[in-house]
Amino acid sequence: MLNRYPAWKNITVILVTVLGILFALPNLYGDDPAVQISENNATLTDATTTQVEQALDTAKLPYKSAALSDNRLLVRFGDTDSQLRALDVVKKALGADYSVALNLAPRTPQWMRDIGLKPMAKGLDLQGGVHFQLLIDLDAAVQNKLQRDATDIRGSLREKLIRYEDVTLSGDAINITLRTPDDTAKAKAFISSQYTELTVTDGPQPNTLVARFSPKDVQQLRQVAVEQNITTLRNRVNQLGVAEPVVQQQGGNSIVVELPGVQDTARAKEILGATATLEFRLVDYGANAALAQQTGHIPLDDQLFPDKAGNPVLLKRDVIVSGDQLVDAVSGYDQESGTPDVNVTLDSVGAAKMGEVTRTNLSKPMAVLYIETKTENTTVNGKVVPVHKKVYTVINVATIRGIFSKRFQITGLQQEEAQNLALLLRAGSLAAPMDIVEERTVGPSLGQENIKQGFYAAVLGFALVVAFIALYYKIFGVIADLAVFMNLVLTVALLSLIQATLTLPGIAGIVLTLGMGVDANVLINEHIREEVRAGNSPQASIHAGYRRAFATIVDAHVTTLTAALMLFLFGAGPVKGFAVTLSLGILTSLFTAIMGTRSLVNWFYGGRNLKKLPV
Amino acid sequence: MEFFHKVPNINFLKARKLAMGMSVVVLIIAVVSLFINKLNFGVDFTGGVTVQVAYPQPAELRQIRDTLAAAGYKDAIVQNYGTPEEVLIRLQPKQGVSDKDTGSAVLTALQKASSSVKLEQVNFVGPEVGKDLATKGALAFFLTLTGILLYIWFRFEWRLALGGVAATLHDVVFTVGFFSLFHLEFDLNVLAAVLAVMGYSVNDTVVVFDRIREDFRITRKGTPFEIINLAVNQTLSRTIITSGVTLLVVIALLILGGPVLHGFSVALFVGIIVGTYSSIYIASATALMLGVSKKDLMVVVKEDRNVDDMP
Repeated sequence: MLNRYPAWKNITVILVTVLGILFALPNLYGDDPAVQISENNATLTDATTTQVEQALDTAKLPYKSAALSDNRLLVRFGDTDSQLRALDVVKKALGADYSVALNLAPRTPQWMRDIGLKPMAKGLDLQGGVHFQLLIDLDAAVQNKLQRDATDIRGSLREKLIRYEDVTLSGDAINITLRTPDDTAKAKAFISSQYTELTVTDGPQPNTLVARFSPKDVQQLRQVAVEQNITTLRNRVNQLGVAEPVVQQQGGNSIVVELPGVQDTARAKEILGATATLEFRLVDYGANAALAQQTGHIPLDDQLFPDKAGNPVLLKRDVIVSGDQLVDAVSGYDQESGTPDVNVTLDSVGAAKMGEVTRTNLSKPMAVLYIETKTENTTVNGKVVPVHKKVYTVINVATIRGIFSKRFQITGLQQEEAQNLALLLRAGSLAAPMDIVEERTVGPSLGQENIKQGFYAAVLGFALVVAFIALYYKIFGVIADLAVFMNLVLTVALLSLIQATLTLPGIAGIVLTLGMGVDANVLINEHIREEVRAGNSPQASIHAGYRRAFATIVDAHVTTLTAALMLFLFGAGPVKGFAVTLSLGILTSLFTAIMGTRSLVNWFYGGRNLKKLPV
Repeated sequence: MEFFHKVPNINFLKARKLAMGMSVVVLIIAVVSLFINKLNFGVDFTGGVTVQVAYPQPAELRQIRDTLAAAGYKDAIVQNYGTPEEVLIRLQPKQGVSDKDTGSAVLTALQKASSSVKLEQVNFVGPEVGKDLATKGALAFFLTLTGILLYIWFRFEWRLALGGVAATLHDVVFTVGFFSLFHLEFDLNVLAAVLAVMGYSVNDTVVVFDRIREDFRITRKGTPFEIINLAVNQTLSRTIITSGVTLLVVIALLILGGPVLHGFSVALFVGIIVGTYSSIYIASATALMLGVSKKDLMVVVKEDRNVDDMP
């Protein structure tokens, strides 16, 4: 019989509808502007909750609720204004040990949360926050590694009693000059076996060697550098206490960091972009640093650095321990003097080296060298380009008074310096310097405004479409409207299911699919009208209308999907969000227009004896 | 309600030479404008800094310019954005200062002059990111075009594929040219809209092609000219309704979507209108000129499946 659907198809349509409504439902509840409090390395207790509540009461700031879960304290507010003021109040009340951040807390009821139903995540343009794109200087990462290898080779050759004249860096190569052919052969064999990433060849002069990375190793070093930078950034972001941060690689050499709710972008930038690290080195106390600076005659094994006051200090070239050998760093106060300090714990390799050096160099001075990579713009060939500059400062010179290895203190810092240094050391150092090449900060009130505009646009667009289609196609129009509505529900449900991030262009994508989703229904209804006009019976017209529209609908959807796919593959940020909603909207439109409306039409008209078709 | 009680019989293709001539003229204007005016690229593409701030009262643009000039930002472009209270400030990268800090420096300067100013948005885009974006956009454009060409070729025929590509290209050049001619800002969202216009345009074209193919197969007599004309007339009602409905939605975005989506909505508005026109005149007429005929589309396809078994 014409126009009857088998039970399984009807059940599928009903099931998809019910599931769609269920998954889309959490989005109806909206969000509360909230302040989220967490503590680094410690558990929050009810005492903190009481403390926060008291602070808010004292400031006469009304809040909806304050709840502790997953070691996060979430305080909800009625509006963004109180939320913003509360941020300051809470920060002041709790002090520096707590991370206090803005957040949007969904208002979904408990039972929905229990079964894992969540609304779509809101993009930064809708909830406020900051987006960074950082470009990694991968050549610098390779160069750093080469430098470390050069330092290492110097030490190893000395240990192995292979006599060398000099080990220097030039470009992408380490040049090693040795005393005798015998030493040269030994050094070549040793380096080749110990430093597998280096390819050692004979240099142009006798008794010289040239060591380089192979292209494959360079590639690997680069990838490792990217990964290490991502790990380090994640650690740093966690230290900042952001609600739901995103840190991910984008393309070959950049990283995207998104920090929803963060308003203090200056501090975020300072922490994310900082490349500060430490090196512990021995001071060459036998040489005259001031004289070396004047004459430019620096002893071969030494390097000249300024201290905080700008006075020159001569340090040994060899690094005893560097920042990446630290396992923990906590800022505090020196018990004797009361000045700020950083308590450092080394890993086992670092501890062993430190123990040995302090034992053999008792009562000699050791220095802490603070290294920071700064970025400055300069003009090269008329173009403004960023250049990395390493800034070295000797922050502290102290006499080694005893043998120490695993734990010790660094002094000679201001309080804020000590706090930031501890944070950075804890989070690990960056394998390569990075530049912020893109920053997008959206204030929380603008986010609210964007949501409102997107919402109103969607409602108006939907209303216009629904009214027009119902007028134009009557009953079939109402059925098409139901399909368009279901299309909206299913798109939202899918977006919530995959936990896609909703952005303003994403909302535009949804609104646009409403318009385009109508197309399939228009095609079907136009075909049915045509069949009726040709004098066919109502049932045959419905049947033929759907049949003829089918191929066209598929063709039209597939071609649009092609364009949406390209948008997804090549788009960045907001364009990607647009592409995702557009693609999902096209897919759900296929389902609702072809199967959804058909089951309604069949249920309504199927098998009935119709004289006229109201289309 | 019906716009056409029976299939209209408008001789669209009779005017094809005139229409194509007009299109060529308009496209030449668009291309010339692209060469002379160029595109008013947004900070997304050029790199630089934009700062959006809001005042509780309508903002004094001149005062803001003076404040910024005093702070060393003489070339700052200051304009209202959306409402009189909101202000958008655009700055080019500057030597000697790190771009990253420009946003906060500008805000500090403005706050000194008026403490009630609120930061709404800071965008900083490095020049390398912008260049990357432009390359990716161009790549997406060409790949989409190729994808469309291959799909129509595979599903239909090469003459129609070329017609479809010509129509899509026409719509994109027209829309981009429109932005150039009227000095509208071309940002990332507009790029997305242009790519969406490609999808829309091809959607429209494919529906007409589908009908052309069907008509070639079922009509015994009639020249290609007559059959294509018939197909355009038969799909006219659908073309107008779908475009009209989509335009309604775009108008909703245009009115209520706010300044962020303004360029996006304008691009779609223009693109949808020319997209509708191009599926009739550019796509079909190109295929006709290339000599598409009955035998090209007479592939035996079994289409007798029971529709009730379709998904």
